[in-house]
Amino acid sequence: MYFHRDRGFAQPAASEITPQSVYQSRREWLRHLALAAAGSSLGAFAARDALAAPIPPRAALEGVHSDIGGAQTMEKPTAHEDATGYNNFYEFGTDKADPSQRAQSLKTQPWTVSVDGEVKSPRRFDLDALMKLGAIEERVYRLRCVEGWSMVIPWLGWSLSHLIKAVEPSGSARFVQFVTLADATQMPGLGSRVLDWPYVEALRLDEAMHPLTMLVFGMYGQVLPPQNGAPVRLAVPWKYGFKSAKSIVGIRLLAQQPGTSWEKAAPREYGFYSNVNPNVDHPRWSQATERRIGEDGLFAKKRRTLPFNGYAAQVGALYAGMDLRKFF
Amino acid sequence: MPRLLRRLAAAKPLVFALALLPLAGLVLRAFGDALGANPAEALIRGLGDWTLRLLCLTLAVTPLRQWTHWHELARLRRMLGLFTFFYALLHFLAYAWLDMGLDLADIVRDIPKRPFILVGSTALLLMLPLAATSFAAAMRALGAARWQALHRSVYAIALLALLHFFWMRAGKNDFAEVGAYAAVIALLLGWRIVRRLRRRAQARNNRARAGAAASASTEQGA
Repeated sequence: MYFHRDRGFAQPAASEITPQSVYQSRREWLRHLALAAAGSSLGAFAARDALAAPIPPRAALEGVHSDIGGAQTMEKPTAHEDATGYNNFYEFGTDKADPSQRAQSLKTQPWTVSVDGEVKSPRRFDLDALMKLGAIEERVYRLRCVEGWSMVIPWLGWSLSHLIKAVEPSGSARFVQFVTLADATQMPGLGSRVLDWPYVEALRLDEAMHPLTMLVFGMYGQVLPPQNGAPVRLAVPWKYGFKSAKSIVGIRLLAQQPGTSWEKAAPREYGFYSNVNPNVDHPRWSQATERRIGEDGLFAKKRRTLPFNGYAAQVGALYAGMDLRKFF
Repeated sequence: MPRLLRRLAAAKPLVFALALLPLAGLVLRAFGDALGANPAEALIRGLGDWTLRLLCLTLAVTPLRQWTHWHELARLRRMLGLFTFFYALLHFLAYAWLDMGLDLADIVRDIPKRPFILVGSTALLLMLPLAATSFAAAMRALGAARWQALHRSVYAIALLALLHFFWMRAGKNDFAEVGAYAAVIALLLGWRIVRRLRRRAQARNNRARAGAAASASTEQGA
């Protein structure tokens, strides 16, 4: 239990904040100590992640404040270093460090996204034209991975509904499918048999039209880094992270519910909806709790996972009357 | 070389220190905030990796001794085996504490949900009697034959440990590293099987030769 003098707000006084240079040099010093202790070769092997080359900076991208309900969680954003260094992006390998190490050469210019299917005006967008379709907003969303960890990410983009309205869905459109890049020359992970490539995801049309469903072009005030799904990805904050497809090249409106990559790989384990739900466990592990990356310390108890990842007030109505155990 | 090996007794403290290095590295990185974005996961997996590595080293002692005739190597086997148990125990404690918050009810619910953890826990439980009977008095009390029979369960432990690792990686169809450990363990257990078969064949030959000699002598006698 800690007792603080009441300052009227829950932030430390400026004088109490350790300067970045000080704590970084401290960490540096401990890293070197670890290296020395573990012997040079063993230590270098053990610390290979810690000593990985820093991620090069990306071009700045600005966003206006978003007024969408639920778009501004007050929770502390995850450290940029963690959000860009601990990723699932199997096209670049299944290890969390693989994407940041292997995705840096991904070519994102030129980039086109075709939008077609059950629409009155199918279009093929150049990335720059696509970005101008809406005003870029900054939204701070929680991200809950199906594996049991979570982050808080300040995304830059706009509601996907802008794009869907622009192509005028026909009356028969019921689902929206997202097709992502599968380029073996750039993506070393495509050699593995983990999933059928290209990675495909999908939403029901009303889910895709929900204002929280976001087409993302940047994060942390910068354009998306490759390991986070550059140049354009999805962010659906009330669903497990894998629903938010990365490096999208095609968006297709469909009359029938399409299969998704994880659903096809393990239908018993991953459903079409994949809404965050602490009451429906993954067959191989509990979904009741989660570890917030960078915030829940080594010995902290994991935090409770919230239904719809805490967005039940905004999206619960989409699933009224549905058995969420059956439609997991 | 033999002189070097005679110094192996002196090498025991060195091996002891070497076996503690991975733990020291992990602990220092944990306190130095150098375990990456998910330090609990990195620590649990790091301890698991080292358990498997030490298990392979322990299983390598006897084949290496038989192959090189450096019989002094046998002196290292117990220490390596105990270190394997030590890392396995830390691996389990790290899971129970960092992943499950030492909540026994949660652990009991979690284990049947994740069969790979059940398999790993079984391997750890099977190691308990081996660790408990690793000292000389226990060996004498049991008698060499019974002690050896008991300690052969290390082969089952190795296979369970491998299954535990395989199952854990199966979710991602990622079997490259599992394959490497499987190859090492297959080699080490295969060596024992081949050796045993050869010995059996040799014994049969010897018996046959002895039998032939005996019948030849009776014929002569007749």
